[in-house]
Formats: sequence, C-alpha cells, structure tokens
Amino acid sequence: MNLLVIEPGRAEKNYWRDLWHYRELFQVLAWRDLSVRYKQTVIGVLWALIRPVLTMVVFTIIFGKLAKMPSPLGTPYPLLVFAGMLPWQFFSTALGDASNSLIGNANLISKVYFPRLIVPLATIAVAFVDFLICFSIMILLMVWYQFSLGWQVLLLPGFLALALGACIGPALWITALNVKYRDFRYIIPFLTQFGLYVSPVGFSSSIVPEQWRLLYSINPMVGVIDGFRWCLLGGDCAIYWPGFACSLVVTVFFLWLGIRQFRKMEKSFADLI
Amino acid sequence: MPDPVIKVENLGKRYHVGHQTSSQERYTALRDVLARNAKEFVRKTKDIIQGKQVIQGDEIEDFWALKNVTFEVNPGEVIGIIGRNGAGKSTLLKVLSRITEPSEGRITIQGRVASLLEVGTGFHPELTGRENIFLNGAILGMSRAEIRKKFDEIVAFAEVEKFLDTPVKRYSSGMYVRLAFAVAAHLEPEILVVDEVLAVGDAAFQKKCLGKMKDVAGHGRTVLFVSHNMSAVQSLCESAIFLNNGSVEALGKPEELINRYLGSFETAQTAKDYRGTGANGDSIAVLLEASLLDHRGETTLALDFYEGGILEVTYQILKRGYLPVPNIHFFNQKGDYVMVIGEDKRNLSGEEGIYKSTIKIPGHFLNAGQYTLGLAISTIEPEIIHFYDREGLVFNVFENMEKRDSDYRNEIPGVVRPKFHSKTIRVC
Repeated sequence: MNLLVIEPGRAEKNYWRDLWHYRELFQVLAWRDLSVRYKQTVIGVLWALIRPVLTMVVFTIIFGKLAKMPSPLGTPYPLLVFAGMLPWQFFSTALGDASNSLIGNANLISKVYFPRLIVPLATIAVAFVDFLICFSIMILLMVWYQFSLGWQVLLLPGFLALALGACIGPALWITALNVKYRDFRYIIPFLTQFGLYVSPVGFSSSIVPEQWRLLYSINPMVGVIDGFRWCLLGGDCAIYWPGFACSLVVTVFFLWLGIRQFRKMEKSFADLI
Repeated sequence: MPDPVIKVENLGKRYHVGHQTSSQERYTALRDVLARNAKEFVRKTKDIIQGKQVIQGDEIEDFWALKNVTFEVNPGEVIGIIGRNGAGKSTLLKVLSRITEPSEGRITIQGRVASLLEVGTGFHPELTGRENIFLNGAILGMSRAEIRKKFDEIVAFAEVEKFLDTPVKRYSSGMYVRLAFAVAAHLEPEILVVDEVLAVGDAAFQKKCLGKMKDVAGHGRTVLFVSHNMSAVQSLCESAIFLNNGSVEALGKPEELINRYLGSFETAQTAKDYRGTGANGDSIAVLLEASLLDHRGETTLALDFYEGGILEVTYQILKRGYLPVPNIHFFNQKGDYVMVIGEDKRNLSGEEGIYKSTIKIPGHFLNAGQYTLGLAISTIEPEIIHFYDREGLVFNVFENMEKRDSDYRNEIPGVVRPKFHSKTIRVC
C-alpha cells in the first residue's frame, strides 16, 4: 500500500515517478488535441504543411531573390530556408500552444490531480507531430533538388533532442507565468514573430559578422537551426562550434529555469486559474 | 481497531484576499490617487519579483478557508461531509485530492485516491462517446487496460450503446451526464472522494447512482462524500463531519449532525427561556419558557417530517379572573401565516400558578422547510394580549427520503402535506 503525505511546501519525492505513472494521460491528452484538431478543420493534416511551405516560398523570394542573400556554396535557397523553418516552426508552435495549454485546460486543473507538467508537454508533443509531418516536405524537396545526404544526418536525432530542449525550457517558464500574469499571452505572438526574423530562418547565420557571432548564438534557436542545416545540407553549412556551445548552455539554463519555475508555481495553479 | 486510511491533522488552507479601502474616503485628491497607484505599483512589482501572488486592492487580508481541521477515516468507512455554503467542504476535498496544497497541517493517506469533484471532467464535445470514455477514464486515473476491461459495463450503465460513435456535443444533457457518471462509477480506487455529483440527472438515474455508490461502499472501499442532499448522506454514510466556517464543528452519526446542520441555518432556536427578561408579559400572565422536542421528547433543532414533534410552553398566571390561553402562530420561511394553534379553554382553570401546555405536532403534516413560531399568551374575553413574541422559536422540518413511499425524489411543494385516505379501483 502506498503511503501519501500531503504537507505544505513538501517537495514531493516521488514527483518524477508520478509523472511516469501518468504517462498514459500524457498520451491521451496529446491524442485528444491531435484528433480534435483534425476533426474540426476541413483540410486537417494539410494545415500543418501549408503554413511552412508558404512561408518558405515567401522567404525564398524575399531573402534569396530580392535581397540576394548568399547561400553557402550554392545550396538551393528553398532548401536552406526550409531546413531552418522546420525547427523554428516547431519552436514557435510549441511555445504558443504550450503557454495557453494550462488556461485552456482550466477545468481539468481545478478538478483533478495529476502532475501539471503533463499538460504543456502534451501540447509540445502535438507540435512535434506537426514537425514530423513537415519533415516529409523536406525529404520531398531534397529529392526534387537531388540533394544527397552526408554522414552528418546521423547526428540529426541529437539536434532534434536539442530542439525539444530549447523549446521545453522557455515553454514551461512562460506557461507557468501565464497562469499568474495573463499579460504573457500577448507577449508570446510578438516574441515568435520577432524571433522569426532574429533567428537565421530566412538566411544563413554565416552572414553574421564574425565578431558578433558568439553574441548572436545566445539565441538558443541559432544553435538548433545551424545544427539542422549542417545535418541535412552537409558541410557547406559548417557549424560554428563556439556559438553552438553557447546555445547549448542557454538551452540548458532555460530548461532548468523553466522546470524550476513550473514546479514552484504548480501547487498554486488550482487556486490561481 | 485498524489503522486509519486518512489521517488529517491540524489542516489549514489560507487564501489572500484584497480589499479596496480607498472607496471609504469621502473625496479623493489627484495627489492621493497618484501616490496610491504608485505605491500599489511598487508593491505589485515587488510581489512579481519575489514570485508572490498579485492581489488587487490596497489591503491584503488572510482568509482561512480551513482551520485546525482534524479527523480520521477508517478503512471501508463512508463519511459524509456536510456544512453550509462556504464552510470549506470543497476546499477540504481539493486539498485531500491534491488539487491544491494546504497552508499548514498534515494529511496522511494510505492507498490510491480518486476524486470525483465534477462529472464529465475533461469531456470534449467534438469527440465521440467511445473516445470520451477513454479520455475521461485516463483523466480520472484509470489505465487504458482497465478501461477496456470495463468498457462494456460502462456503456451498459450509461445506456448509450446506440450513440457510442456520435460526438458527445450531439448528446442530450441526460445522456451526457449518464455517460460521465458511468465512467466515474467504474473507478476502483481504495479511496473515493465525491462532491455533489448526485445533484444531476433525472430521479430514476439519481436512484441508480445512489445504488452504485452503496455498491462501492459495500465493497469495503472508503468514500468521502460531500452533499447538500441530506437524505443521500443519511442513507449512504455511517458517520459524518459537520464543517462550519472552515473548522470541524462536530463528528458523529449522520442523523445527529443532519439535525445540527439543518438547525444551523439562520438562528434555529428551539428553546427559549423568558424568565428574568423583564419583558415576558404583563401583570396578569407571563411566558416562562418554550421549547420544541422531537417525537421521542428529546431536544432537537429539526423535526422529521414523518415523525412530527412536541411543543412545550410554560407560563405563569399571576392574577385570577382572566383566562390566559397560550397560542402559537406558525409562519413559513417566506413569512406566510400557516396557522394558529392554541390550547382548548376547557382544559384551563385560570387559577394562579405555573402551567405547562404540551402540544403535539403530528407527523406527515408540516412540509419540509423552515418555520418560525410566534409565541403568545392572550385572554379572549375581554381581549387582552398579555405577551407576544413574533420571533419565538425557529426550527426546520426535514424529510428522510428513505421513508418516502413514492419514487419521486425531488422536493414536494406546499406548506402542509397531510396524508389523505385514497384508493383506486378498476371501473372498466
């Protein structure tokens, strides 16, 4: 028989075990969000594809054709954009959806106990499914341009994990704060909009002057996007390792901050929501 | 005596509430407004930085929704939690089911707890009945294998076989509630925490739910049950906790606590001593005491509809030559004049002395509700009102649904509800 003690301020020792115990709820919530989305919209899966493809087209025209941004060693510009667009789209969707997830599930939070971490994580999982769907477009594009993969593609799962980490950290942090200070909901669309142009989505980060590159890499998505390009498009999009290390550190920091903030505020969610 | 499955010690839950003091000032100067807003802004910023809760208003007050709550629950016990709105019942359930954290004290629980604070938590209107069963089950803590095993049982209980693949947004509200309760009813935790879920559905379904709850309790599981439905509490629970203003007012048998609970509304007062008040009559007759007893002759705050009760009025005649008669004026909660009853004058002598009149209120007569008794002593000829207290006694009449002879479970309207003789014969 398991013994449960409820006390104020008690850091539950079995929190992570509880989280594992509730993994089915995580699956069910992710599945619910997915199936509801595809039931409500007519074009369903297509919706996950249209947005990045159109953005890619626009970016290719504006950055590639009009602004004539350089592409390293003649990599086709659409490929360059799409390889950056994939992780960025994932990041911004996950951040946006996760930050509203707790408020959207307010009735659950105030009526049932489960580790609250499950709710934003489930929305991130949904965003990840969208990401995988988009990935098929990337494969099609590469086939179209007859682009051959290098050995680096084997490292892609590592960068996927980094992308996950880069978005879970800030997402948890903002999700927790959004419950208490609803102003955050207005900040996030602005942040993702802004980030799209600050991050190297429409251009290669190699155009950033050498002395600024380390500073530029404070944005954790810089490391992720560069990593994706390197894995998929090969050595021509050489990765800037000091910058990558910097992104990694920032990612880990945000992950720590996000989880800490979330855990700290989690117990009062039901009272605040 | 086995170890308690739930042990609650000195439990307290505090909320912060903000007040606006500024509105009490007679006029405001712009200077004051600016100063106050600046102060408030600084305070809120400080709160945000320190990670505290931001509260509107200038003054922050602590409000204890629960304070010093201590009790134990033994395995297999079915406990009813009763109390008025705002007494802390829901907060207690929320703390017990870990939805919110206590501010002080300690709870030790042995076993898996499932809480049912609302039926259909997490139901999604776009999903079908089948999908919602899995969704809701997972939310309530059931594993998928468990749900699959009980799936047919749940569907049969909810009577929605035909609509399993219809989105629940097309369900009637009755079907929706039935499905929701069916999922919850098939939970099998060691400890079940239930809040007011029986207040839904039609009478027949309510009866079914009640039956299912009894079943659950019969299987040795521990149930904590919050309800305003006293008959449900009485028929389900072996013991009860009466919460008042966030603390435990009493623990004990449901019957006793239900009486106290019903009596706690307004100022139920079923005994009043007028001696020494100085204003209890005139030079001819004075009222000394009045009290209401239940049908067994014990003091009570509420009468059982089926049993009735006894009213005792003690008075003193100080001067002979008159015939003072005690009379009792009944008013219902809305203030309607229900009736006046008095003593038969043939039973009275009018001699000086202290008298006690006993009046029996029959069972199956005054409908469930609250009554105020106006107590009077008056002489009819010549007409003198020696004493009248319009707000003499206040008491409740409650009905134990178990004793009702019809399947109808809702409130029956009317001030009185006498039992008439009736019969039906087949004429054709």
